[in-house]
Amino acid sequence: MATKTVNVSKPYTWSEKIYLLAIVQGLLITLKHFINGFFLRKHNTIMYPEVRREYSDRFRGAHFISIDRNKTENCTACYLCQTVCPAECITIVAGERESAHNPDGVKKEKQPVKFDIDALRCCFCGFCEEACPKDAIKLSGKYEMAITSREEAKYDLVYLKREVKGRG
Amino acid sequence: MTLFDFIQLFAKIAVVLGFALTSVPFLVWFERRGSAWMQGRVGPNRVGPFGLLQSVADVLKLFTKESFIPGHVNKFFYVLAPVIALAAPVGALMVIPFGSHVIVFGQKIVLQIAEIDSGLIFLLAFAGLEVYPVILGGWASHNKYTVLGSLRGSSQMVSYEISMGMSILSMLIIYGTFNLQEMVFWQSEKIFGFIPYWGVVVNPIGALIFFIAIFAETNRLPFDLPEGDSEIVGGYHIEYGAMKFGMFFLAEYVAMVMASALISTMFFGGFGLLPGFASLVEFVGTFTSGSPETVQNIQAVFEFVSLLLKVGFFLFVFVWVRWTLPRFRFDQLMDLGWKILFPLSFVNLIVIILVSHFFVK
Ligand code: SF4
Ligand code: SF4
Repeated sequence: MATKTVNVSKPYTWSEKIYLLAIVQGLLITLKHFINGFFLRKHNTIMYPEVRREYSDRFRGAHFISIDRNKTENCTACYLCQTVCPAECITIVAGERESAHNPDGVKKEKQPVKFDIDALRCCFCGFCEEACPKDAIKLSGKYEMAITSREEAKYDLVYLKREVKGRG
Repeated sequence: MTLFDFIQLFAKIAVVLGFALTSVPFLVWFERRGSAWMQGRVGPNRVGPFGLLQSVADVLKLFTKESFIPGHVNKFFYVLAPVIALAAPVGALMVIPFGSHVIVFGQKIVLQIAEIDSGLIFLLAFAGLEVYPVILGGWASHNKYTVLGSLRGSSQMVSYEISMGMSILSMLIIYGTFNLQEMVFWQSEKIFGFIPYWGVVVNPIGALIFFIAIFAETNRLPFDLPEGDSEIVGGYHIEYGAMKFGMFFLAEYVAMVMASALISTMFFGGFGLLPGFASLVEFVGTFTSGSPETVQNIQAVFEFVSLLLKVGFFLFVFVWVRWTLPRFRFDQLMDLGWKILFPLSFVNLIVIILVSHFFVK
């Protein structure tokens, strides 16, 4: 089939060349917005500290480790999350759980002695959450992760086991 | 010079400088909030009521910064540039008449700081100085970006000054005077009793050219080529910091005030009463003794208010245009200046000369 060429460019008309008409149109548009902002107080800004954006439940923010009713972490130190993590930012040291701390019997024989996540390396991909067989590690909806020193970016077990309601 | 002369001169300077300089923080605030409103944002609204103290905070910050002079600059011109930048528009403001006259203690005080007959020439001389800080600052900084910025600035101003001069010439032929006071009186009549006989009505093309040229003259968008964050980092004032940068910043807004005052004086009736203000003067006059002196003083107040309103409107237009139009490319700018505005202003000038020679008087 022969190619059909459509030339959509057309020369400027007289009124377009003068350019002033277009300027006036543009000025009217900005004036409309100005009136909207100035008199009607319409704006798209979210007044941040007072008003917060609603993120969806799928938002991937700061990690947490879910805990059971005895406040024991669900993690069994299986290393799956550390293995799958593409950023290699999870460091787990496994240990044996004393049976006194495990009223549910053989379910959680292992426990993480140390569980560190380096939030500066993390890319919040959520792979750790997907890999976890115990639904232990999860990403919360918390997005305010500003810190004042590098050390604070290391999420340790104490921080990870914080109480999170819903998705946090 | 008697003591009375001295005091009245001082008072006039205080009024003009006071209004020009105190309008700057408000203008900076309005520029930021106005742009925000036009873009559906909120703008600075945390410091003080409506964020009005934001510019005060900014200036305080600039003041407390270290006043640093880089080692590789030409110190004399480096320091001189921001001074000229601020002095030039302030000097030009001195001849803007801001009212006809008031009568105090039986003496007539003309509301214009420098009552000189060649007022417009004086004003243009000072307004023309505005290109010097751009060139001096850019050249003395010894930095290729500043030099590029100042080169752009100077070529732009040269090309626009000509069309601006042509349109001013055409107005001079119409008014037949250099005296800004007389120009305003010339414009005080009315066509058919309701259309004000302003310069813009008599010579609309000249007014349009002048209006476009004044944007280039004050380096405002769409002609802000001396500054360009994307291609020449910051423009002619990269090497400036602290309050020396602040002075450039301040000067831009004082220049805006001056340009608005000039436009209103030349083309929009200056301090001439806005339509409807005349009856307002009469209305207020009925509450006083009604002596000619009081009426004159009341009228002067309303004339000042009229000028303020006009200047305020043009300042709004400056901000409005800035946040509406994209900037011109350099070659487009030159095209517009030399191939369109220059011939147009020239033809306009010749037409005005012929018309005023053959048809008027
Ligand atoms: S979100 Fe991704 S990068 Fe971050 S810890 Fe989990 S697996 Fe690693
Ligand atoms: S958080 Fe989950 S995946 Fe990671 S070690 Fe614990 S149980 Fe295994």
